[in-house]
Amino acid sequence: MRQLEQELTSLRHDVIDMWKLVISQVSNSGEAILSFDKELAQKVSMRERKVDAYELKIDSECENIIALHQPVAIDLRFVLAVFKINSNLERIADFAYGISRMLIANPSVILDAELITNTNVRVMISEVNKMLTQGLDAFENEKSNFAAAIFSEDYQVDEINNNAARIVADYIQKNPDRAFECLQLIAAIRKLERIGDHCSNIAEEIFFYIDAKVLKHASKK
Amino acid sequence: MNTDPSILSIENLSIAYDKDKLAVKNVSATIKKNAITAIMGPSGCGKTTLLRAINRMHELYPNISTEGKIKLYDENIYDMSTIKLRRKVGMVFQRPNPFPTLSIYENVIAGYKLNGINLKRSERDEIVETSLKNVALWEEVKNSLHKKGNFLSGGQQQRLCIARTLAFKPDVILLDEPTSALDPIATAKIEDLLVDLKQNYTIVLVTHNMTQAARISDNSMYMYLGELIEYDETTQIFTNPKHTSTQNYITGRFG
Repeated sequence: MRQLEQELTSLRHDVIDMWKLVISQVSNSGEAILSFDKELAQKVSMRERKVDAYELKIDSECENIIALHQPVAIDLRFVLAVFKINSNLERIADFAYGISRMLIANPSVILDAELITNTNVRVMISEVNKMLTQGLDAFENEKSNFAAAIFSEDYQVDEINNNAARIVADYIQKNPDRAFECLQLIAAIRKLERIGDHCSNIAEEIFFYIDAKVLKHASKK
Repeated sequence: MNTDPSILSIENLSIAYDKDKLAVKNVSATIKKNAITAIMGPSGCGKTTLLRAINRMHELYPNISTEGKIKLYDENIYDMSTIKLRRKVGMVFQRPNPFPTLSIYENVIAGYKLNGINLKRSERDEIVETSLKNVALWEEVKNSLHKKGNFLSGGQQQRLCIARTLAFKPDVILLDEPTSALDPIATAKIEDLLVDLKQNYTIVLVTHNMTQAARISDNSMYMYLGELIEYDETTQIFTNPKHTSTQNYITGRFG
């Protein structure tokens, strides 16, 4: 195998491994919100450093490939896309970590089931998990159409986030003593919304890499 | 493709060295004026034959047959005399080849001498100085103009050969892997020179060095087995080529 191809293959494996780790970070932190599982949150928190290590490794692999092999065409698009996917994945993991830290810092907070149902946070968690998995599928199989749904899912996640403020405000009015846990929930929802945005950025990079299409700042409907 | 005016128009060109073996197969393309056009492709793809056909050097091979046209502006080069054509379309080769018995000065105006064109001393001086200045060699050699050309370094010799081509004030300069025998510093100088020269000349370059094509050319052709597979702006070829075969070649997955 050519040297460049070896480097690209190893980069691909590292990104896929990082992606799987980030998926588990997001799904565990989501589950921790819903089940108030502090141990699970602790696990997410512990693994954050592993994500950071992947980010550094992938950054340096990209830098070396560009410096030493001057990739062109699809190889160049791959390296550029991976470079950006890498930082998006790292940001996503940061949000998962943020959620886990919040849960650990406030072990006594327990969310009301009614609030969870009304804000649709469960749907939000399952949507961002789906978006991450679809992105990985598209990347692994080099099929950009696998990532096409991510844009509309992000729209749905944004909607849930937009509606949450009103729902939570109403709840606080009725239950002023639970304002603190409500603020915690809103913070978590904001983080999930940001995760959705990063998934959408990743989908754009997948289209750039596979189809050479620039979707950034374009309407995707 | 950009819409700059074209200078050369290759129309259904086919060239065969043997009766049944086509080296160039029905190639059509227009070459933009004041631009650098690179021709790439694996060995034996016909790129050098195509380049040589532009000033009819390929006719030096016995039994060669050529079909189709190449127009320089509106004139078919196959209806022109080769002497007239080669004044308008100069050629620089892979290895620097200054005439070893001639001085630097004589090398630059060798074309006039070989063609029996008599110039006044002042005209000759003028041509030598301008041509050497155009290739950024004047300052380096102005005090040794009457020394033999082969004491120069490889890169200087190649610039001398380009000066010799420029002396005839051609419209088009053809270069066949002009830097493959040079070190990276001399290569960089020639590349900078070519980019400067395109202000006044049209340059067609055959190169095996893909990063060179990427660095300096405006448009690139990719040839394979005598066919012109893809011809587009260089940026397009190196970021998103249309043909798998081009992609395989430029990414090194060829064969």
